[in-house]
Amino acid sequence: MLVLTRKPNESIQIGEEIEIKVLGIDGDQIKIGIDAPKNIDIHRKEIYLSIQDENNQASQTPSNLMETLKSVKKSK
Amino acid sequence: MKIDTRYFGEMEIEEKEIIKFEQGLPGFIEEKKFVVIPFGDEETPLNILQSVSTPSLAFVIANPFLFFRNYEFDIPEAVTSQLQIKGEQEVAVFVILTVQDPFEKTTANLKAPIVINIEKGYGKQIVLNDEQYITKHTLLQESLNAVKGDR
Repeated sequence: MLVLTRKPNESIQIGEEIEIKVLGIDGDQIKIGIDAPKNIDIHRKEIYLSIQDENNQASQTPSNLMETLKSVKKSK
Repeated sequence: MKIDTRYFGEMEIEEKEIIKFEQGLPGFIEEKKFVVIPFGDEETPLNILQSVSTPSLAFVIANPFLFFRNYEFDIPEAVTSQLQIKGEQEVAVFVILTVQDPFEKTTANLKAPIVINIEKGYGKQIVLNDEQYITKHTLLQESLNAVKGDR
């Protein structure tokens, strides 16, 4: 992992299209601004990991529940 | 074309039914093609999101608005441009269910809905910044008019 030290208002340029800027520091919180193309998704990592985990669980539907699923109807 | 599915065996699908997820799904980034298969007759609120290339990979998905009446979110502009969405009539929204035994414990992932452009066949699982939504919301019991099957 590349490690760089930055001060507020200093940036890191990644490739041609991505800029990461330190906007401010408040105690143990750092505000970061990111400029990137629209086709690049940016996520808080812990949230992204939780979505990955949930998708993995969701893909493991117990097969003995199929009959139950078939009996679920739209409420009138 | 014929595909093998997790729940329905071999099925015949039309090329135009395939929804392209150009970035895959979180945890399944290699999976770029899915089809939505209704789960039974028109009375079912459930569908299956079946991978075209991996028969064993399928998710139970549902129209979230049937279960969560106040569910709402804005689709970010980055997503509408990725999916080439021009108007709301092109959009279908699903959420992935994590089915549990017993079924009453089943949860829906409202944090990361699936947005599909049904006209052009593009789809994406998006992650909402809204903190009121989490990855596990229990399905509202009163909205489930489950018929007791013969278990």
